[in-house]
Order: sequence, then structure tokens, then C-alpha cells
Amino acid sequence: MEEFFSGIAQSFENTFITDDRWLQLLNGLWVTIQITLVAALIGLVLGFLIAMVRSTYDMQLMGKKCRKPQDYLLKILNVICNFYITVIRGTPVVIQLMIMYFIVFASSRNGIIAAFISFGLNSGAYVAEIVRSGIMSIDRGQFEASRSLGFNYSKTMIYIIIPQAFKNVLPALGNEFIVLVKETSVAGYVALQDLTYVGNLIRSRTYEAFFPLITVALIYLIIVLILSFLLKKLERRLRNSDH
Amino acid sequence: MTTENALIKVENLTKSFGSLEVLKGINAEIDKGDVMVVIGASGSGKSTFLRCLNLLEEPTSGKIIFEGTDITDEHVDINLHRQKMGMVFQQFNLFPHMTVLRNLTLGPTKLLGQSKAEADKKAMELLERVGLADKANAYPNQLSGGQKQRVAIVRALAMNPDVMLFDEPTSALDPEMVGEVLEVMKQLAGEGMTMVVVTHEMGFAREVGTNIVFVDEGVIVEQGAPGEFFGNPKNPRLKDFLSKVL
Repeated sequence: MEEFFSGIAQSFENTFITDDRWLQLLNGLWVTIQITLVAALIGLVLGFLIAMVRSTYDMQLMGKKCRKPQDYLLKILNVICNFYITVIRGTPVVIQLMIMYFIVFASSRNGIIAAFISFGLNSGAYVAEIVRSGIMSIDRGQFEASRSLGFNYSKTMIYIIIPQAFKNVLPALGNEFIVLVKETSVAGYVALQDLTYVGNLIRSRTYEAFFPLITVALIYLIIVLILSFLLKKLERRLRNSDH
Repeated sequence: MTTENALIKVENLTKSFGSLEVLKGINAEIDKGDVMVVIGASGSGKSTFLRCLNLLEEPTSGKIIFEGTDITDEHVDINLHRQKMGMVFQQFNLFPHMTVLRNLTLGPTKLLGQSKAEADKKAMELLERVGLADKANAYPNQLSGGQKQRVAIVRALAMNPDVMLFDEPTSALDPEMVGEVLEVMKQLAGEGMTMVVVTHEMGFAREVGTNIVFVDEGVIVEQGAPGEFFGNPKNPRLKDFLSKVL
């Protein structure tokens, strides 16, 4: 019995104490958080812009002929956005990451920037479709009421459509960010020492699988729980403003 | 005919949805102070006609001359003209994420450059008028259908329009709430507001309308003052329609 406990104590020490491995884990966590936050920001901005292009096209031009120069511009932008979404959603994120690192950033081999950009671009494609679905889900009457008051298209979007759409898509957006946190675990492919990479490194150094892997899993779980909690709070606050 | 003074003049208006021709050449004139009531069976094109007046539907051909400007001209800024044309919808279309008060003041503050205090004051007067001042800080989903529609009417009025367009304003209401909405519309007509009303309320048409228009298969088949129109209809399809609805 005593042997069993001292075995556990030894494993614990190997995993966390020796060579300041707890500090390595903490550093790994910081890398994961950095990638997630920057990628989420890029994804949100990019996805939002793409959703604007796509839904404006759907509402104003779909099935119609281009008449003004800006119609053609919108059409071209829409084609580009569609292509981007198709490619991003059709290929694994780890491949996108490696293309970014080994091909696009071949000369500098800057892993963290490659990760920011590829996870951001990846998330953007999903956010775009989420936001677009939210915009298209708003009753057409809202749009007509706003236009009939004299608001132009963009003011209608800003004051009427987007505030309602945002509230509707918040759960789906939250889900996207939860997925993003966990997707960053492939960052090790481009020589980044993120949480997963460090956990695996400790496992290979100590020949102990249990503590490092379970610890890493728990840390991801805690991040996701915190994120879910914050989202639920935000959702509730937005819902309260309704009635 | 005071052609020159017509507030809205519709010339040869047609509208097709794909291969379906809904409006087949409509000519009409609405003078200041008129209450034009548009009736017709569902699918006759009466709502489409109304929605063409402020270009919510883009006419396929024809002209809509509003206060001397052909608003179908693509060089015209339609948003400026829409500010002068209030519209009330069957489904109310209040903005659910804003209070009743904000629903009324959004347009005046963002489009007419009114200060918040100014817009609030005007909005409260309007809400007072329709008996809903106590609902100023409520959200639309806390209101009954009749209350929603009264708010929708004053939301349009807050923009100080020259004409009000009503698209079946009582069709989505429970029967006991129809009266309160029609009452507001009657008051408005009494104050000299120019109105175009698409409705199935024949009582309202007879009592308030100055010019009744019967639309059938995309054309105006018959029109006239309510007395003559209801008392002595000439077109057989109008006779048939009136025999069903009266």
C-alpha cells in the first residue's frame, strides 16, 4: 500500500516538480490562450465582414442582374468569399496550419504568427456562416419596417438587423470558440509549445502518461467551462434587455 | 381633376415577379387629404400596389410621382422620400429589441436630426394620443396585437409623414382589437392626413374613405366615392366581390 502511494508521489514529482515542469505547463497554457484569443479576434472580424458581403448579396442581388458598378464589385466579393469558405471548410485545420508555416512563412518560420493567421482564417469561415445564418433568420418585416422609415441599407443593418441577429447566434458563436480552443492543440505541428505539446513532452521525458495527459485534459476542460459560464452570462444579459 | 396638385400620381405601374404579372398597368391619383381605400380579393395585387408606392417593391415599369418627383428614377434618393411616407404593416413589425419609446424615436433622432429630448417629447405626445403613454418603456412583446399596431402607427407618425400607407393593418388582429386600431385611423383621417389603406374592413371604407378603389387581376376595375361605389357598383366582378364581403 505504502509502495503504491510513494509510486504516485514519485509520478507526481516527475510530472510537475522536476525541471520546473509545472512552469512549462503554465507556459504551454499561455501559448494556447494567446493563439485562441488572437485567432478568435481575427475570426470574429473576418467572419463578420464576410457575412456582410454574403448576406448583402443574398438580399440584394441573388437572382438579379448587375446594373451598377458596385453590383459587380459585390458579385466578385461574394465569389471570393464563397471560394474562401469552401476551401477552409473543406480542408483540415492542421493542413492549413502546416501550409501557412512551411510554405507561406517558409522563410521566417514564425510559428506563432502562422498559428494566429491560420486559426484566425479557419475560424473566420465558420463565424461567417454563423453570422450570416443569424442575419437571414431575422424576419423580412424588420428590414421593411426600417427601410420604410427611411433608413438606408447599412443603417438598417446596424440599428435593426445586427443587434437581433447577434443575440440569436450567440450560442452558436460560443460553440465555435469552444471548438477553437481545442483545435489549437495541433499547434505542436509547427514547433509551438502549446499546452498539448508540453503535456506530451513531459510524457515522453518521464515515461509517465497518466499525470501529464490527464492534467492537460483537465486544463482544457476548465477553460471551456469558464468560457461557457461567461457566454451564458452574456446571453442572459442580452435576453433580459428584451423584456 | 387636380392633376398638378396630386400628392402621389401613379402612371402605368406594372410589377412582375418572374413570369407572374401582378400589376398590369395601374393609374391613380392621390390628392392631399384623400383617404384612398384599396379593396380586392387576395392575390389581386392590392398589397403589391401599396408596397410599390414607397418602392418596397420595385416597379417593373411605370412612374410614381410623389410630391412632384418621380421616385422610380434610380438617381433619386428613395430614403429621403420614404421619410415622408409612413407605412403600417399587417404584422406590425415593431423592433423587438427596443422599448416602445425607442421604436418611436429611432427615426427622428437618427434621420431627422432631432435631439433625444425633442424626440422623446414628441413620442410621448403621440403615445398619449393613442392611449399608450404608460407603455413607453415596455418592450413590444409585452403588448397586445392592438397595442402593437397603435404603436406602429405612431412610430410612422413620429417621422411627420405627408402620407400614411396601411397594408391590411387589422388583418392580423383578434376581432376585439380591430376597433381600437380603426379608431386611431379614423382620428387620423379626421385630422386631414392623406392615407392609402389596403383593407377588408368595408365599414371603415364606407365611413372614412374618400375614394374607394377595387383592384382585380392587377388592374383598377372600378373606383369612386363610397356612396356610389357601394350603392351602385357597375362592374360584375365588383358586384360579386361585394356580395361576398358585405
